[in-house]
Amino acid sequence: MILLVLLGISLFFAVVLAFVGDWRYAPEINIAGSAATFSAGVVLALHVYLYGPMMVGHKFFFVDAFNVYLAVLTSFVSMTTAIFSRRYMRVERAHGRVGRWKMRFYHAMYQLFIFAMLLALLTNNFGVLWISMELATLSTVLLVSLYRTPTAIEAAWKYFILCGVGIAQALFGTVLLYFAAERVLGVGGEALLWTNLSQVSNQLEPTVLRLAFVFLMVGYGTKVGLVPLHNWLPDAHSEGPTPISAVLSGLLLNVALYALVRCKVLVDGSTGSHTAGRMLMGFGLLSILVAAFSLLRQKDIKRMFSYSSIENMGVATFAFGIGGPIATFGALLHMLVHSLTKSAIFFTAGHASQMHGTQEMDKIRGLISGNPVVGWAFIFGAIALVGMPPFGLFASEFLILTATIKDAPLLTPLLLLGLGVAFAAIFRKVQPMVAGAVPPWQTPLKAAHVPVLLHMALVLILGLYMPRFLSDWFHMAVGILK
Amino acid sequence: MTPSYAAQINSVMAALILLTAFGLLIQRRILGLLHLFAWQGFFLSVSTAIVGYVTGVHHLFISSFLTLTLKVILLPYILYVLMRKLNIKREIESLVNIPATMLIGIALVIFSYHLTSPITHLSTLVTRSTLAVALATVMLGLLMMVTRSHAVTQIIGFLAMENGLFFAATSATYGMPMVVELGVALDLLIAAFIFGIFFFHISTTFDSLDVAQMAKLKEED
Amino acid sequence: MIDFSSFMTEVLQLLILLLAAPAFTGWVKTVKCRMQGRTYAGIFQPYRDIAKLFSKEVILAENASWIFRFTPYIVFGVTVLIGGIIPLVSIDLPLADTADVIALVMLFAIIRFFTALAGMDIGTAFGGMGSSREMTISSLAEPAMLMALFTASLGANSTSLTHMVQVMAHGQFILRPSLAFALLSYIMVHLTETGRIPVDNPATHLELTMIHEAMILEYSGRHLALIEWAGMMKLFIYSALGIAIFCPWGIAATDDPSGMLLGGVFLTCKLAAGGVILVLIETGLAKVRLFRLTEYLGSAFLFATLGMLSFFILE
Repeated sequence: MILLVLLGISLFFAVVLAFVGDWRYAPEINIAGSAATFSAGVVLALHVYLYGPMMVGHKFFFVDAFNVYLAVLTSFVSMTTAIFSRRYMRVERAHGRVGRWKMRFYHAMYQLFIFAMLLALLTNNFGVLWISMELATLSTVLLVSLYRTPTAIEAAWKYFILCGVGIAQALFGTVLLYFAAERVLGVGGEALLWTNLSQVSNQLEPTVLRLAFVFLMVGYGTKVGLVPLHNWLPDAHSEGPTPISAVLSGLLLNVALYALVRCKVLVDGSTGSHTAGRMLMGFGLLSILVAAFSLLRQKDIKRMFSYSSIENMGVATFAFGIGGPIATFGALLHMLVHSLTKSAIFFTAGHASQMHGTQEMDKIRGLISGNPVVGWAFIFGAIALVGMPPFGLFASEFLILTATIKDAPLLTPLLLLGLGVAFAAIFRKVQPMVAGAVPPWQTPLKAAHVPVLLHMALVLILGLYMPRFLSDWFHMAVGILK
Repeated sequence: MTPSYAAQINSVMAALILLTAFGLLIQRRILGLLHLFAWQGFFLSVSTAIVGYVTGVHHLFISSFLTLTLKVILLPYILYVLMRKLNIKREIESLVNIPATMLIGIALVIFSYHLTSPITHLSTLVTRSTLAVALATVMLGLLMMVTRSHAVTQIIGFLAMENGLFFAATSATYGMPMVVELGVALDLLIAAFIFGIFFFHISTTFDSLDVAQMAKLKEED
Repeated sequence: MIDFSSFMTEVLQLLILLLAAPAFTGWVKTVKCRMQGRTYAGIFQPYRDIAKLFSKEVILAENASWIFRFTPYIVFGVTVLIGGIIPLVSIDLPLADTADVIALVMLFAIIRFFTALAGMDIGTAFGGMGSSREMTISSLAEPAMLMALFTASLGANSTSLTHMVQVMAHGQFILRPSLAFALLSYIMVHLTETGRIPVDNPATHLELTMIHEAMILEYSGRHLALIEWAGMMKLFIYSALGIAIFCPWGIAATDDPSGMLLGGVFLTCKLAAGGVILVLIETGLAKVRLFRLTEYLGSAFLFATLGMLSFFILE
């Protein structure tokens, strides 16, 4: 029941905002909707934590520790991003970059996007998972091209085509999965349910599942942003309004990785070997290295942080690929703190680019002097992002490193290389941006304080101390993903 | 109709679908592309209906009807109206020359046959031999998207890929569950609206629909 | 040992070929004229044309070599030889065991080789141009033809024409996509080899557009008569070959006269229908640009290969 409420809220608000999205108080309505979704999510999570996994709606939805934690994270970040979006879009509107219709469209699609992501996380049916991933892509395509500049349209087109092609491969993989499942579970909707499939995974044909996993990997891997299928990501995440970049980087990548990991569990259960895990490790490591070295060449601030998203998703994929309790725990923690940190960074970067009227890093200077909240939040966000203690990313990366040394020692130097290069590249660019005097072309603005500070505080707390319920949660999720 | 007759007719439909896929690859005129795409959808819906009739899986009739309305009537019509509004009638040059494209296409057909042979051996369905054709159609759609530089042809390649996927679902498993098929159709419809809007944006911003000029976002050295 | 009746069947088929080929060409021209709203000269006009040419004087260029003088006879002879292999009214042909469809293509290549050489022999610009174009086209058309025939032979598991006809006509009826593809490819190659639109206009003498006509431009008198007759027989042979492979019902399995008579009737009907289809294609399509011919023939090859692939994948 609570789950249907959870999904229904965002859908309802999407419809409402389609009509009232350009009112003066539309951003507040957006925030209210997201807050309601978040509270419903927390209630759901408590339910699962206390009473264990539950199935809702004739086996259509399934909530266990793995996806409910992602659902809470999604609704939380969407709420804080809605708060950020209020101030941000106000400035954009003042600058004349978005008009009435675009605001309506923006707000409605924002809520629809949240709905699609939550549906993808909470459904039990692999087919519906695919449908909602496609819906999530489609709802954000036109948002990326919202500003209608040539580069925005180019980015949105690439996003549409590349993700569309990728996700079509994922559909083929789903068909093959259904084929294998049908032979064991019989014809009909039951054969695509995760709950049924996870129980009979060792009876599914290994050859078919291996082939299916290749297609699923290509498909969902494109959406995670794994190299070499990542070309759309830097463009799509850097064009388009910053709140959209924040939710795309922070949330959609997580959801895609979730889908990939569910498939990996099935495939490894079926083949009995670690082929799927090894593939995830390979692609993850490749993503880390390519993204880290690409970071050195970036000139656009949002593009740089998009590459950092690719790198961090590579770390999480790599960790899921290694498998085992330590690495999986580390990966889950990594998804959580990366989400929080990346969205916080995008918040500050968005304000920074608004203040200077450009996204080029060479033109952004003197953030701390100009707007102390933005400046200090930015530098701390960057420190958190590159994995310095005492922030949360250090904890997760340390865990992953430990697991690598234990299970795949020869890959440790490569992992360290990637992390180190990313550290240097980001720091090299961030440092000049925050220091120095205020340049004449910087305009002051009223920044959104609360989201950024909230995220950074959470990341700091998670780096220092893991709350009991969170670690229990993660342990339950690790048990599912074995 | 005995199953063997149905299998034969299904094979003929599969061959025709493959033929239209190749036709899409080598056709230069955009109107011709639309006609070929409509024919491909038609053969697809006929094939689905036959499979539904022979095997008694009745929701396939609904899928067949859905395919007919969506892919034979609605989508080509939307594309045609868009083309009229944007005044695109001319031919489109492809990036790779056409005989080379055909040879690559043949190689892809052989590759998909090789790739799906383990599944064909395992399957017990009437339609199992057409899975290779379905995967080949997907790959040919992909090839079409890669070798053409016009927005409309890229979209048609994408839709041809979806046709192949739908055909794969029918060949491998007598169609996905109804919920999934409805959802996929819905997604396709939304995608159609989105790319319709896109064409307008691209056309007004770039004054043409040539995708090759949208290549400015890259790293500067 | 060849027994007498099959020997007679063979001779009968050759006679049919020699005598009926001009009539077929006349029929095609008549239908075309009717389609285009012109008055026609009758089905028997080609006979009159050949007779007229035989009565005319032969003019040879001064630097014509023996190739130029021999080619008409070679072309005529080889064409008649090819006609001996194809089952027209009956499959009881003693010569059929000597050559299969692959050898058939090679025999056509011999004709083409000598015609091209003769075109270049005198040294005129038209002749050389026609020969080079012909060679380009044939280098693309021959693989397509071979692949189409090979695909058609997969079903019968043999490339011998009589065997293929036997399996197809007297075996079980199965819908075969591979044959459909092969038929499509064969039609495209047929139009190419016999020099019809959309590849080459048989009625033109304009420099830019002629291929076959350019090679034989210098011939006159009985040489031209033999070459023209051979050209008509080539059209007849290609059509009859297509009918034999793809639509062989009605061809007699033995050599009894009533069966052959029935076969003759069937053949006439099928050829008449084939002529009408040919004219429909010619009037419906426009001539393809020379540089686009690679795509046209490439797609013919493609269809034939698809037929072969679909045989293995779908059957």
